[in-house]
Amino acid sequence: MAALSKAQIGPILAKQGILIAFAVFMIAFTIASPKFLSVDNVFSVVRSSAILGVMALGVTFVVISGNLDLSVGSMMSFSTIVVLDLHDKIGPFLAIPAMFAMTLALGAIIGFLVGYLRLNSLIVTLGMLSAIHGLTLTYSGGQNMDIADKEGTWFSVFGQGTALGIPVPILIFAALAAFLGLVLGKTAFGRKIYAVGGNDTAATFSGVRRARTVFNCYLISAACVATAGLIQASRSLGSQNTVGQGLELEVLAAVILGGASLLGGSGTIFKTVIGVLILGFIQNGLLLLGLQFYVQFVVTWVIIILAVWLDIAAKRGKLWSPIA
Amino acid sequence: MTHPVLRLENIVKTFPGVRALDGVSFSVLPGEVHALMGENGAGKSTLMKVLGGIYQPDSGNILMGEDKAVMSGPLDAKSKGIVFIHQELSLAEELSVAENIYLGELPRKSLGRVDWAKLSEQTNAILEKLNVGFDAKTRVGDLSIANQQMVEIARALTVNAKAVIFDEPTASLTDAEKVVLFDVISDLKNEGVGIIYISHRMEEIFKITDRITVLRDGQYQGTVNTAETDEEAVTQLMIGRKLDLTRNASHHELGDVALEVRGLSCGKLYQDVSFELRRGEVLGFYGLVGAGRTEIAETLFGLRDPSAGQILLDGEEVRIHSPADAIAKGISLVPEDRKGQGLVLEMNCRDNMTLPQVDDLKAGPFVAEGAEVAIFDQYRDQLDIRTPGWKQKAGNLSGGNQQKIVIGKWLSMHPNVLIVDEPTRGIDVGSKSEIHKLLRKLAAQGYAVIVISSEMPEVLHVSDRIIAMYSGRIMRTFTSDEVNEDNLIQAISGLGSNEAA
Ligand SMILES: Nc1ncnc2c1ncn2[C@@H]1O[C@H](COP(=O)(O)OP(=O)(O)OP(=O)(O)O)[C@@H](O)[C@H]1O
Ligand SMILES: [Mg+2]
Repeated sequence: MAALSKAQIGPILAKQGILIAFAVFMIAFTIASPKFLSVDNVFSVVRSSAILGVMALGVTFVVISGNLDLSVGSMMSFSTIVVLDLHDKIGPFLAIPAMFAMTLALGAIIGFLVGYLRLNSLIVTLGMLSAIHGLTLTYSGGQNMDIADKEGTWFSVFGQGTALGIPVPILIFAALAAFLGLVLGKTAFGRKIYAVGGNDTAATFSGVRRARTVFNCYLISAACVATAGLIQASRSLGSQNTVGQGLELEVLAAVILGGASLLGGSGTIFKTVIGVLILGFIQNGLLLLGLQFYVQFVVTWVIIILAVWLDIAAKRGKLWSPIA
Repeated sequence: MTHPVLRLENIVKTFPGVRALDGVSFSVLPGEVHALMGENGAGKSTLMKVLGGIYQPDSGNILMGEDKAVMSGPLDAKSKGIVFIHQELSLAEELSVAENIYLGELPRKSLGRVDWAKLSEQTNAILEKLNVGFDAKTRVGDLSIANQQMVEIARALTVNAKAVIFDEPTASLTDAEKVVLFDVISDLKNEGVGIIYISHRMEEIFKITDRITVLRDGQYQGTVNTAETDEEAVTQLMIGRKLDLTRNASHHELGDVALEVRGLSCGKLYQDVSFELRRGEVLGFYGLVGAGRTEIAETLFGLRDPSAGQILLDGEEVRIHSPADAIAKGISLVPEDRKGQGLVLEMNCRDNMTLPQVDDLKAGPFVAEGAEVAIFDQYRDQLDIRTPGWKQKAGNLSGGNQQKIVIGKWLSMHPNVLIVDEPTRGIDVGSKSEIHKLLRKLAAQGYAVIVISSEMPEVLHVSDRIIAMYSGRIMRTFTSDEVNEDNLIQAISGLGSNEAA
């Protein structure tokens, strides 16, 4: 009787799987590389995760509403290029709101198509991924964008500044996470997002305006993307047209890793933050182990698969089952 | 002495916070119809899910013949001859009727190609036996709930069953469809199949079952021969007290006309519907499935645009464009399909209940969770909702308790016009009479209530007036004095005179 039977281990493993796997990773990395858990390294992980993290906050809204947003990577490139370009033309003070307005307009287009016209979000945002990329290239003429006077602008504060000894990107990420966590978890709007994602028919029958709710989720996602673009631009003060390329999948990985279901209706901001950190630490650990950075593309994919599998297994209560 | 086809011994099953089954024993003889009864949440469905391999019991045994059996999963149970017709439908909406019936066992030709001709032929043979009005190629999503139920039943007839479990099969069937179902059951019975029958409807239980086993709060209360007992005794066993079935007939004064509908039509669904509903009145809608009752309700709730006619609220013409609109105008609808339209199953009970008014329950910028809990508690007590707490996911509640959450949700809106579509589907006798009383009480308080129901006793019991519909038209409007079972049946079969004509 003392030993756990196989039938008992299954569900435990399935429920806590992601945390257990994370713990194993952390311990292994710490043993392999003593630098891993140093204060400097932890700070650097969180800071380099901030851009991804900010985007993941917005995508969490979209995923909970039962939709996808695969356009965030190319939208982030767009924001970055636009704000850098306008910085020299109209000054940072006007460039920032102008860039936000343009990014939100893109979000509104997606929100309209998915929310009001009820088009499939996968198709719409996959299309937007490439359309926005084209838009960015048209805007920049294919050239890299650089700020002329990199030393003399206060614009660098968002990406490079510190306050109270903490890097500003981390502060932005934390503040935004706290704010959006409250919006999602505590407000009527947040509640309606869960309802729409969980069962949009029942939500409609309860007087929730589905289209408007989905529309607003895409606006929030776009606002987060604009913020991420701002941090990115401010950090490098110059950029390629493709700076956000591929981020959409990493963002999605972080959100799923945090436990939001792709079917919609579940997930929280807090869990997404955990997902972002897990992903950040794992990628950082791989680098410290001396693996090439492109190894992480493969590893990220493996992590997504693992996360999705464990998520489903937790629902079924077993690791494998012939029925759903 | 005949041996039982199967026996369950001392089954225990717990969920977090709930002891759903507490040492229950149960057996079925070949060729008997054995009723399983109990209040909402008593553990009936859970017991059957243990038998059907969907849940593993914490302890206890399943015996088939003399041997212990382990049901490792639904397919395993099916291969052992146990067929389960679920309370909640589980069909693939995008597939045809035939594909659903033979899912996983489609007849094959060489190279694994599906033998469509044979599939249709086999399916149509079964459908013919069931006497239904659709064929093998129909897409399941296009069928009414009642017809989907018939597909589930058809599925059961394809296997060589030792025992068939019917979990509230008639909850959404009309009287005519029930007759067909009972024929099927009696055929199975004659073939020596053991049948387990779960239902909250006493008439049926006494009509078709041989023995009755009663559960209460997960505990076994006893087994009696149907012939040697009566409704009162069974009810007593189920709820531990006697039931008060008297109608609250207090003839309060009727108020102003709250809702008036003039010449309302919606394409082919219904035509030229006119009626008035006063405050303090319960107006019943009775008719066959497909008579257009639900569609009228959906129009009033802003889910369908009428093609002609007017809707007047408190004497003023209104246009209702969406449910949000309808709610703002004081209309509530308890929809007919609790799982699809009524609840977000992944969401907790409290949040489900307060969803329509979540915008109004404010504490600063946030939702006032305290006020929400208070609303939940009020309706949990009033409707006797059995759940370990508001944090429980709605999907984890028993079918009847889910229905009560939906009812609570709409009562808590204090609507001017309350429309309830099949309000007591799947609700136990005790709670049912509570809900009937509640509807009468609401009317007495000045609410205007519309009750759509396919259960004749229910409409007769709660309504002040009854509108009989047939094929999209109002055939006749009865007052409670003139209506009786005979003239009501006549009217809804299209035999009576057409009022509008
Ligand atoms: N998956 C689950 N998780 C948690 N609790 C559950 C789960 N399934 C059932 N329960 C609880 O177990 C109890 C018994 O539920 P069950 O569905 O067996 O009731 P029932 O007798 O079929 O009721 P009804 O007549 O309403 O269908 C209920 O209190 C229910 O909330
Ligand atoms: Mg049940």
